[in-house]
Amino acid sequence: MDLYQQLILDHSKRPVNAGLREPFDAEVHHVNPTCGDEITLRVHVSGEGDERSIEDISYDSMGCSISVASASILAEEVTGRPLDEALNTWAAMRAMLTSKGEDPGDEELIGDGVALSGVAKYPARVKCALLSWMAFTDALQRSGISIPASEEGTR
Amino acid sequence: MPSADPRGPFTSAELARIRADFPILSRTVRDGQPLVYLDSGATSQKPSSVLQAERDWYERLNAAPHRGAHALSEEGTEAYESARETIASFIGARAHEVVFTKNATEAINLVAYAFSNAVAHGGGAHPEANEGVVDPGTFVLGPGDEVVVTEMEHHANLIPWQELCRRTGATLRWLEVTPEGRLDLSRLDEVVTARTKVLAFAHQSNVLGTVNPVAKLVARAREVGALTVLDACQSVPHLAVDVRELGVDFLAFSGHKMLGPMGIGALWGRAELLDAMPVFLTGGSMIETVTMEGATYAPVPQKFEAGVPNAAQAIGLAAACDYLNGLGMDRVAAHEHALTERLLAGLATRPWVRVVGPTDSTDRGGAVSFVVDGVHAHDVGQVLDAAGVAVRVGHHCAWPLHRKVRAAATTRASFAAYNTPEEVDALLAALDRVPQIFGLEVA
Repeated sequence: MDLYQQLILDHSKRPVNAGLREPFDAEVHHVNPTCGDEITLRVHVSGEGDERSIEDISYDSMGCSISVASASILAEEVTGRPLDEALNTWAAMRAMLTSKGEDPGDEELIGDGVALSGVAKYPARVKCALLSWMAFTDALQRSGISIPASEEGTR
Repeated sequence: MPSADPRGPFTSAELARIRADFPILSRTVRDGQPLVYLDSGATSQKPSSVLQAERDWYERLNAAPHRGAHALSEEGTEAYESARETIASFIGARAHEVVFTKNATEAINLVAYAFSNAVAHGGGAHPEANEGVVDPGTFVLGPGDEVVVTEMEHHANLIPWQELCRRTGATLRWLEVTPEGRLDLSRLDEVVTARTKVLAFAHQSNVLGTVNPVAKLVARAREVGALTVLDACQSVPHLAVDVRELGVDFLAFSGHKMLGPMGIGALWGRAELLDAMPVFLTGGSMIETVTMEGATYAPVPQKFEAGVPNAAQAIGLAAACDYLNGLGMDRVAAHEHALTERLLAGLATRPWVRVVGPTDSTDRGGAVSFVVDGVHAHDVGQVLDAAGVAVRVGHHCAWPLHRKVRAAATTRASFAAYNTPEEVDALLAALDRVPQIFGLEVA
């Protein structure tokens, strides 16, 4: 099955930077009501203005391999990055996941995220992969960061 | 060829004939694999006779029932009311006690809203109600009153009662589920008391497959004077149901789970209760007289059927009842029982699978939910889907029950008359790919 690449299984079994940590600027709790997947996610942003960066993403994710792997990939790809790069990564992930399989993903931008490209062919699973990223952008907004409307996901 | 046991499962020859009646079962999925449809608990497939009945309505009879006096209207009304008789007879009821709704969810909400509308009206029945038969106070709820449900309810038989309690100040209580997936009756007398006004529960759990002891629950409800509401969504399609034998006050079911169309369901209620109940949805054709100041209402069941009804679907549902009667509900039950036993036996030989619900087939229907420890149900379902096996994954609209059994989600196979033993084997074979794909250590 093309969906379950080894990279996804590895991330789901050993999620990167899992667990909830202090300090944080915002904490959110998102659920996927169709299946009961849940994530609690905290984000800590450092710096001011254009110098802002994602200092830490900590999370507690309970769900399928796709949703846990996606949270792990989020933490791996975005932690420690400048805010604008983090938002570019989100935009590229979202474009790939909502492309119905047309967009294979840009490894330069999303790293291990390309392993989730197979998910886009299964509409019922796209929400699993988006869950942690939606939580991430929600947490950013709650910490006072405005995200351009074009980069907000659909709920 | 083995001859058919008049009380046993369908033979392979019978199954071949049954399956030929369901056009969708011959399609393929996921790169040309045969469809193995094990999700009838969510919605069942439809035989050609049901599809034809709906088509017939639109080709020959289409007119608004109970409105107008032209030929089509008369014939359409006749067909619609005849469908009601067929469906009523299928559950051992009288036709005027069967109210068409869009599904069981709406049927349960109808009852729940009767209670809060009774409170809003300051005492129950509308002026035309046959007082003296049923005390109009029967439907009045308030602080100090209690509504009892069970922990295994589908959200459709939980949230309407939560909301009713919120609106009226009544208290919601519930019977718990044992670790074996049965209803815990040890505290029945403590939970269902003189304060209980309504006891609402599932005939068969849509997750656990458990068939609940209706007689015991009804007996206790009667002792304390509570009304009983039975969610029969998972029983009417699968076993012979007779409302008089069950002894409940209300019973709700959905057409689409019993080989009928989507968009049609029914509420059965004891006539004297339906008579005394305040109206729910209001508007056209549920009235007797109307002035600018107010209205009086039609007798049951019309007083609960506002607006032009889903007539084609009602007629389709009657065709589904005819189809099930043709198969024989006792044989449908025996067949699904055999499939359930085959699946439970197969799962029992796989120690990495945990069945959520009774593992013996006594008082148990054909909804079999399970977890593979270490693999989320979504992932299990995806592996099965890759083999063309359609099951449901998630919490099956029973989130509190899933919390109770400590599973975020389960994988559920559920049967209908058209399923075969080979399909159970196909499910088990596809399931065996799960440990390998997810690197589980299995003995």
